[in-house]
Amino acid sequence: MSTISRDEVARVAALARIDLREDEVDRLAGELDVIVDSIARVNEVATPDVPATSHPLPMTNVFREDVPVPALPVADVLAAAPDAQDGRFAVPQILGEE
Amino acid sequence: MTTQSTTTTASTPRLVPYDDAVRRYDPVLGIEVHVELGTRTKMFCAAEVSFGADPNTQTTPVSLGLPGALPVVNGTAVEYAIRIGLALNCQIAESCRFARKNYFYPDVPKNFQTSQYDEPIAFDGWLDVELEDGTVHRVEIERAHMEEDAGKNTHVGGSAGRIHGAEYSLVDYNRAGIPLVEIVTRPIEGAGERAPEVARAYVQALRDIFRVLDVSEARMERGNVRADVNLSLRPTPESPLGTRTETKNVNSFRSVERAVRYEVSRQAAILDAGQTVIQETRHFHEEDGSTSPGRVKSDAEDYRYFPEPDLVPVAPSREWVEEIRATLPELPQARRRRLHDEWGFADAEMRDVVNAGALDLIESTVAAGATAAAARKWWMGELARRAKQDEVELAELAITPGQIGELQQLVDAGRINDKIARQVLDGVLAGEGDPEQVVVARGLEIVSDDGPLLAAIDEALAAQPDIVAKVRAGNQGPVGAIIGAVMKTTRGQADAKRVRELVLERIGG
Repeated sequence: MSTISRDEVARVAALARIDLREDEVDRLAGELDVIVDSIARVNEVATPDVPATSHPLPMTNVFREDVPVPALPVADVLAAAPDAQDGRFAVPQILGEE
Repeated sequence: MTTQSTTTTASTPRLVPYDDAVRRYDPVLGIEVHVELGTRTKMFCAAEVSFGADPNTQTTPVSLGLPGALPVVNGTAVEYAIRIGLALNCQIAESCRFARKNYFYPDVPKNFQTSQYDEPIAFDGWLDVELEDGTVHRVEIERAHMEEDAGKNTHVGGSAGRIHGAEYSLVDYNRAGIPLVEIVTRPIEGAGERAPEVARAYVQALRDIFRVLDVSEARMERGNVRADVNLSLRPTPESPLGTRTETKNVNSFRSVERAVRYEVSRQAAILDAGQTVIQETRHFHEEDGSTSPGRVKSDAEDYRYFPEPDLVPVAPSREWVEEIRATLPELPQARRRRLHDEWGFADAEMRDVVNAGALDLIESTVAAGATAAAARKWWMGELARRAKQDEVELAELAITPGQIGELQQLVDAGRINDKIARQVLDGVLAGEGDPEQVVVARGLEIVSDDGPLLAAIDEALAAQPDIVAKVRAGNQGPVGAIIGAVMKTTRGQADAKRVRELVLERIGG
């Protein structure tokens, strides 16, 4: 009763830029099935008057004052860049556009 | 249209002339406007925001998407979003969430944009948009939601900084994380042939509102306000909606108008040829006003949205919303209507004033003591002429509303007349100081002492005895010739009314 096909796993993996081997696709299809089944069970219990939860803490309106803090030094910022030029991150040719 | 070879032009039928296209098809618009909020810091971190900073000098671990960084919402940005929502007659959500919009692109360092998806902060609003001739078109607002801007890519190599053919790209994350509000309309129907004007007027009205709300500098040329323009055609207003295209990042009022016109002409040609319009994003080209297909990505619509787990919901209390509503300033359209009433201008006069960008100038001139009629006369007459001559905006002339107010007071006090006032304008515009200073420095004050005037009058009377005789015989018609001679002798500095009185007195006596 697999509801998640191998194709779907491959597609989602591609969307998330995750390179999966064939055997991983098989394994994940099975594991995702278990997860989807579990959530389906929650759905059976949850009635429309139970609001969807996106956060476990019953908190709202956690705001920050609009006051600047010092920025990271550029040298530190670019230290994480594989390549940089003129204070900017250099990235490979962006393909598949236009 | 251009000589460059693209694969798309070959398959695209020729454009249908605009007037012909709108005679046979009904255009439907949809507009998405992004506005960068003018907060001091970013949406989810306290990195400072200022225009023109060196690349990557305004980032924090959050705006760079470094591992473990946690976002915190900028409360001022939420307040600004509510202000915008209220100004657009929207409902404000009692509770709303942020969501992750997942996609991979170098200017989005986290690999997702934090946005709002199914729970926008504001929804179900409207805005009445006024066209240049005074026609009002109501635009319904579907939603206004909060999100963050992306970084800025600079493409190196290839032609003219375009992605296409670029060897590599350079990314500056200063803009990444700047708060944005995106305002989405419902389909805008019923504009007919005026769709391009409605689109332009809508974006312009939003820009004016952002400014008066003080939520953004709203400078189009800096990309503070960016529009995506959706357009579709259908045979008649009763037909179902046609397939739409979305022209992205149209960043000036004029471009908005041109992009709509172009898409109407292009889509009409496709439909005329019995083909179907492809639903796609398109790019606008400033050089020739055309659009071309944007990226085609099979999974482009699959952003795998899900609620942002690192942020708690935003639940603006009704008290807070009402507090914000109470502090909303007078909005541009209401202000225009109020001033129209106060000034008593004719409809056409008022439209000319608005279209000439003279509203603020006249309001300030009135505040400086001039009547509305006098203020309008100067700004829409002599000054408009000079601005046109110098090819500048009225507001760019080297003269202030305060100076025009002072000039008019000099006229009202009888110290100069309208003709001399033009010479005073010359002086002020030439940087010689305020009107009073120019009058004194140039010796332009009207001769108010009757002595020199009488001498000039006597001289004129002696020179034209035939006219004197006619006037004495009861025919006042030719008296203008005497007055003209006196004005000439006094180089226009005499008060013509006083001259007339004195002349008649002299002849009569």
